[in-house]
Amino acid sequence: MQINKTAVALIGLGLVAPFVLYPVFLMKVLCFALFACAFNLLLGFVGLLSFGHAAFLGTGGYITGYMMLHVGLTPELGILCGTIAAGLLGAVYGKLAVKREGIYFAMVTLALAQLVFFLYLQAPFTGGEDGMQGIPRGNLFGFIDLNNNMYMYYFVFAIFLFGFWLVNRTIHSPFGQILKAIRENEPRAVSLGYNVNDYKWAAFVISAALAGLAGSTKTLVFQLASLTDAHWHMSGEVVLMTLLGGMGTIFGPIVGAASVVAIQNYLSGGELGNYIHIIMGLIFVVCVLAFRNGIVGEIQKVIKRNFGN
Amino acid sequence: MATFLGINLFGLFGQLLVGLINGSFYALLSLGLAIIFGLLKIINFAQGAMYMLGAFFAWMALQYMGINYWAALIFVPLAVGAIGILMERFLLRPIANEDHLYSLLLTFGLALILQGAFTHMFGSSGMSYAIPEELKGGNRLPFMYLPNYRAWIIIASLAVCVATWYMIEKTKLGAYLRAGTENPQLMQAFGINVPLIVTLTFGFGVGLAGFAGVMAAPVYSVSPDMGSNMLIVVFAIVVIGGMGSIGGAILTGLGMGVVEGLTKYFYPEASTTVIFAVMVIVLLTKPAGLFGKEA
Repeated sequence: MQINKTAVALIGLGLVAPFVLYPVFLMKVLCFALFACAFNLLLGFVGLLSFGHAAFLGTGGYITGYMMLHVGLTPELGILCGTIAAGLLGAVYGKLAVKREGIYFAMVTLALAQLVFFLYLQAPFTGGEDGMQGIPRGNLFGFIDLNNNMYMYYFVFAIFLFGFWLVNRTIHSPFGQILKAIRENEPRAVSLGYNVNDYKWAAFVISAALAGLAGSTKTLVFQLASLTDAHWHMSGEVVLMTLLGGMGTIFGPIVGAASVVAIQNYLSGGELGNYIHIIMGLIFVVCVLAFRNGIVGEIQKVIKRNFGN
Repeated sequence: MATFLGINLFGLFGQLLVGLINGSFYALLSLGLAIIFGLLKIINFAQGAMYMLGAFFAWMALQYMGINYWAALIFVPLAVGAIGILMERFLLRPIANEDHLYSLLLTFGLALILQGAFTHMFGSSGMSYAIPEELKGGNRLPFMYLPNYRAWIIIASLAVCVATWYMIEKTKLGAYLRAGTENPQLMQAFGINVPLIVTLTFGFGVGLAGFAGVMAAPVYSVSPDMGSNMLIVVFAIVVIGGMGSIGGAILTGLGMGVVEGLTKYFYPEASTTVIFAVMVIVLLTKPAGLFGKEA
């Protein structure tokens, strides 16, 4: 009930936001919020820390960029291709990564993502260090001109809502219940007869595909696909967004992504721009030491204490 | 030009040497990670930053205080180790009972801070550190030219690795360490100060990275991102070797350096990715790692 109310409020907010704030900034927030929601599905609800999600964001971006630039697909098909590509990569990487647990899982995903990074650095189609530039936004379904930032915004908002809905649908399905059981007590889930690795793998593929969807959409918004999206820094950023917002909460990743993007936008304009990595690192340390529930987690605690039964 | 079956031996041995040098650094870093993991069950994401710190401390000591390479080789690892001790005592210990993922994230944050701070202070272009006078020059071997400093890296790193292995596997202190890995509660019950051992172990593991940093300063450019790039490769190596065995960490580190060197000679395009590819193969065939103990 509470989730539905908050969700309705957020949708309302999302619909009027571009009349108040700069739409490109909002689209950036939405793309990263979707990315963080996808990541949170793994970390918050299965307990798997992937340190390589940048690989899926980057793959979605590059494939969509290539399809728009060289094949001339319409935006919705371009995004679909990017999402499928990221999902396929996730299927392969997930198979490998679920063979190891805990800290090894983080290291395996990080190393696999670095492999992808080097491939994109060397592959001719990505444009290497320069990235893929001048990607057309095109016409949605062939007739809605996305060069109009308002049309583009509502398209991105719709994509975000779809992704957000899918994550929630997954979490609240019987499948999601099993994922949570694995997070809470893996040996018990095994003893109940669940093939734990298959469930982890399926969650990994969903998460990877949605991260790819975020990357595809981001590429369309900025008309650019670059190595930044595939770099390990990006994998760290999504961890930070989820941690800051509150991992394992429904709305935490959105709040976290909005906060981190806002901080970055604010800092990069001023003279503190040089300190951006130091500040991100400090937020990490503070969150871990004193603020492990994140913003939404803390708010939920306060609400429970004061208004709960 | 010396060739054998169409292979240019000068080139081959040259890359093999580069591979052994990289392998020495891989071995030192993964050894440090394995020691820390053994007792604390955490992965130190700041290990690469500590390696970078070692190189920068050596550079700063020479630049600002005129402290030469040999003195730096002694005191820089101690200084980096001391930083590690402070880190363990005041940042990691308070969250030691939480999920280990948190300590991983904490060290990741620290790595970001250190790398960001050094980029801010020194820029990202990188500094050069002169090879010490005593190790300049080199020898002409039948198939290659061997610069003295590069030979020194391999010999000194191997000596440190073997000494560490000996200390852990054969001495009383090492026995405490291994016992602590198996069962810290029981060891505490025997009256051994386990928290102190944990702190010192972390300091030692981090100090090894500092030592590798000093060694690396004269051969690589001293730059803020030298550590992070190295660390991700070391993670792959740790996955390949498994962290169960000290000797395994050393052997895998050296071995992967050689594999990388050979790839640089035979198929240079794949030299940056070959270690990750090996990791994939190991995950498919022996998921616990070559020396891994876990099922």
